[in-house]
Amino acid sequence: MTMEYGGVWNGCLEMNSRQVIQLEFFLEAGDFSTAGEASSQIKRILQQIGVKAETARRIAIGAYEAEMNVIIHSLGGKMRVAILPDRTDISVEDNGPGIADVKLAMQEGYSTAPDHIRDMGFGAGMGLPNMARCSDEFSITSEVGVGTKIRMVIHHP
Amino acid sequence: MLKLAEVNALLCTEVLCGQENMEREIVTACGADLMSDVLVYTKEKTLLLTGLTNIQVVRTAEVGDLMGIIFVRGKRPGPEVIEMAKAKSIPLMLTELSMFDACGILHDYGIRGCVERVPRNEL
Repeated sequence: MTMEYGGVWNGCLEMNSRQVIQLEFFLEAGDFSTAGEASSQIKRILQQIGVKAETARRIAIGAYEAEMNVIIHSLGGKMRVAILPDRTDISVEDNGPGIADVKLAMQEGYSTAPDHIRDMGFGAGMGLPNMARCSDEFSITSEVGVGTKIRMVIHHP
Repeated sequence: MLKLAEVNALLCTEVLCGQENMEREIVTACGADLMSDVLVYTKEKTLLLTGLTNIQVVRTAEVGDLMGIIFVRGKRPGPEVIEMAKAKSIPLMLTELSMFDACGILHDYGIRGCVERVPRNEL
């Protein structure tokens, strides 16, 4: 996983109403040793700029589930995060294989994860529903053979 | 409510890291090997009891703001797991008790689960 900072963030973690912190993380398929590092960094930044603990927790959980999904199921992808004063906007895009039946995949307990993923405590079919639960706005689009796109927006109260 | 130091005494744990955080207080606990469920159902101020010893357990505790992790049935995590937990200030403890007995003892002392009930799935 690599990360790039862009936008107007210059390392100063005091935000005014027009600032945005933009982060980009590249997620490698099957790289379980760094799975969760992106979420961890996002959470640390949210804490530093004073986002409420419960909100930061929801954002980190949604991001972590998304990271795990890309690492488990896809051929790799990236996560873009924009932290604004009033919300965090997370976009995740991966490369193939895509999801044939998104509605089915959104059902709790539905999973296509192999046993070695279940042995790690994941792949129980809770990831997508949990992402939706953590988000104020959630959308997913997927094309078989191309990839899946997910967007999560969480408001900062 | 119990301090981690009290939990350690009750469950005869070995502290693997985070000795400096034993004054942390827990209100609820979660016994699970399914990290997805932990992410869905736990609240903050929660202690995790698990039989899994991989790095994802520490990640889950980090993103979920958990107060610490107890490995049950004498399961010992590898050094890389302990190193990561140290870096993230997540206390790790090990007990020789089973999951059932460890949870039962904490329940006797007033610690409860994070959710009382989860509505049944309708197929």
